[in-house]
Amino acid sequence: MTTETQTYELGNHPDLEPPSNTTGIMGWLRKNLFSSYVNSVLSLFVFYLLYLYIPPLIQWLFIDAVWTGGSREVCEVEGAGACWAFIDSRFTQFMYGFYPKDLLWRPNSAGLLLIALMIPLFIKSFNYKWMLGGFILVIYPIIAYFLIHGGSFGLEVVETNKWGGLMLTLVLSGVGIVASLPIGVVLALGRRSEMPIVKSVSVVYIEFWRGVPLITVLFMSSVMLPLFFAEGTDFDKLLRAMIGIIMFQSAYMAEVVRGGLQAIPKGQYEAAQALGLSYWKSMGLIILPQALKLVIPGIVNTFIALFKDTTLVLIIGLFDLLAIIQQANSDSAWLGFDTEGYVFAASVFWVFCFSMSRYSIALEAKLHTGHKR
Amino acid sequence: MSDHDSDLKPSKPAIWNDPKYRALFFQIILVIGLGYFIVSIVDNTLSNMESRGISTGFAFLNEPSGFGILQSLIEFDESHTYGRTFFVGLLNTLLISGLGIFFATFLGFIMGVARLSNNWIVAKVATVYIEIFRNIPLLLQIFFWYFAVLASLPGVRQSMSLGAGIEFNNRGLYVPSPVPEDGFSIVFWLFVIGIIATVFLARWANKRQELTGQQFPVFFSSLGLIFGLPLVVFLMMGSPLSWDYPALKGFNFQGGVSIIPELLALLLALTIYTGTFIAETVRAGINAVSHGQTEAAMALGLTRGKTMRLIIIPQAMRVIIPPLTSQYLNLAKNSSLATAIGYPDIVAVFMGTTLNQTGQAVEITMMTMGVYLTISLTISMFMNWFNKRMALVER
Repeated sequence: MTTETQTYELGNHPDLEPPSNTTGIMGWLRKNLFSSYVNSVLSLFVFYLLYLYIPPLIQWLFIDAVWTGGSREVCEVEGAGACWAFIDSRFTQFMYGFYPKDLLWRPNSAGLLLIALMIPLFIKSFNYKWMLGGFILVIYPIIAYFLIHGGSFGLEVVETNKWGGLMLTLVLSGVGIVASLPIGVVLALGRRSEMPIVKSVSVVYIEFWRGVPLITVLFMSSVMLPLFFAEGTDFDKLLRAMIGIIMFQSAYMAEVVRGGLQAIPKGQYEAAQALGLSYWKSMGLIILPQALKLVIPGIVNTFIALFKDTTLVLIIGLFDLLAIIQQANSDSAWLGFDTEGYVFAASVFWVFCFSMSRYSIALEAKLHTGHKR
Repeated sequence: MSDHDSDLKPSKPAIWNDPKYRALFFQIILVIGLGYFIVSIVDNTLSNMESRGISTGFAFLNEPSGFGILQSLIEFDESHTYGRTFFVGLLNTLLISGLGIFFATFLGFIMGVARLSNNWIVAKVATVYIEIFRNIPLLLQIFFWYFAVLASLPGVRQSMSLGAGIEFNNRGLYVPSPVPEDGFSIVFWLFVIGIIATVFLARWANKRQELTGQQFPVFFSSLGLIFGLPLVVFLMMGSPLSWDYPALKGFNFQGGVSIIPELLALLLALTIYTGTFIAETVRAGINAVSHGQTEAAMALGLTRGKTMRLIIIPQAMRVIIPPLTSQYLNLAKNSSLATAIGYPDIVAVFMGTTLNQTGQAVEITMMTMGVYLTISLTISMFMNWFNKRMALVER
């Protein structure tokens, strides 16, 4: 053994390389996958499971999949994977339901208009976000109604029973959120009111709707609503579902807004009173602008929940995205491709919900200013 | 000075500016408006029902129903009354909610802890699971399990045997059922006594530790009391328990316990969907315990297991319980989606079939909503009580 010993002056020893098993890929593997016996076994087991299931899944989803073709024969080939031809041939229906084909430009332009209006909301330097937001919440729904439903400006009427697919899902959840926001704000203020009757009416309303499942609400609005009003008043099915959803959703919205109201420091309320502002002025000018800003992520989360919940309207016979896929699944021309239909619906819902939840998380981080001390 | 005081007294505001009278005025308006609304609705409803020939009242509950129900925990056939369909549905709802809560809690806790694991691949798999399944509507998941997975299982004749007498096919899951024989009740009562004894033992051990500092191995002794002793007696008596195995007779399996595919699909979907939310709740709770607590526990020389059990979990539970309660409530309410695949829960049986047959929409809707309201209020009351017990006692 020839070991060279070298002496250094105190403090002049050159830095040693870190031990090779703590850096680079090896170091990462040791730290994150094989830090102990238990972890090693666990990692290997999980990798084995992934190896078992992921490659066949990808094979089925993409590699062996049949992408186009007008009938089921193209998918009945030996070794064929997922039959996306089924989705392809029904795509228009999945998006718009039974909306007349030659009028599709109307929902399309409504959608494009919404996207165009939304873009400035994401631009940092755009200064009129509140005004634009108000426009989207108040004026846009009216424009969209006239575009999609028609009936004036020389547009042909398209009855609501022809609406369907993703369009109906978006309409229902959009209307649900836009209409429930003001009701929710009023209820939240009512719940924090000092007037005992106002307070108890709000509490009973909120707790009632939050305590029952949406399905019973939809059942109720479809069988009981016609009984509630004088004979001759006729609600169409979509309107009934919307009323049910709005009543239900406003209770949840109220709780979200209440969270925001509670997060505003008491000093703000007192300062508003000290300035001599009336109740509505202090709420409208001081408290609500701050509270609503705080609860935007909460509102987005409620929207996600509502977006998923709109699938329930299939139970009362409306054709939202899931219902129309369910119907296509039972079509004898394309029997046996249920999984493809569900995977498609799931990915559409997933893309919407996931991107909204990311947006809400980002917003939360951005808005986390001031009040959190 | 005294004569100046009277000048400084605030002048009495006019009656329409006095907040007290204003509040009174607004509330009177609200009561009148609400009262008018309710009266007009009731009036309309009554006249509408009269003109459509729908009878009112609860007399229909005593009439024979004339339909059968797929799964019933109590005896039920066509000759039983509509009133009984209510209880059949209610029990089925409670069954699926209870099972769902149990499995979803189990899955959620595992996944929540796994997402925080220092094992990279385990954490990633948990993250992917959570992010995928919580962003897909529950109803879609129920349909997927029911129509795409369970319906494509082999038929009764090609049934898959999963071992231990368990059979699995497109008509459901067939599990052997235990048949107690003479003397098994002794074993059962020993088991119950074991549980009771353990409670007292734990109390005694706690007291002794507080007084003397000595510890008593409660865990192992309670294992012995609850499982060991009954097992020994069970074996000594010559295993007085036999199994009733499902067997293929005619067109279907007979014997054992059969679990219908509707229940399986609903349970799978509810577990997987709610599990993601519970996992996020658990993760938030554990994250809320500051790292200093872990370090302090380590500094005291506690083992990893004890740190988790005595330091982290009790503190995390305080954060976890309130959102966990609302997840349980959501699960109970979401179990009403059963009606979409025909699992006979209260909405499907009572609000569906019974309502269609009797047409008594108002009574039935009110009863069904009343059930869910009662469940919601009971769970939230229980959880509030529990929460109060667990809450931090501050100085």
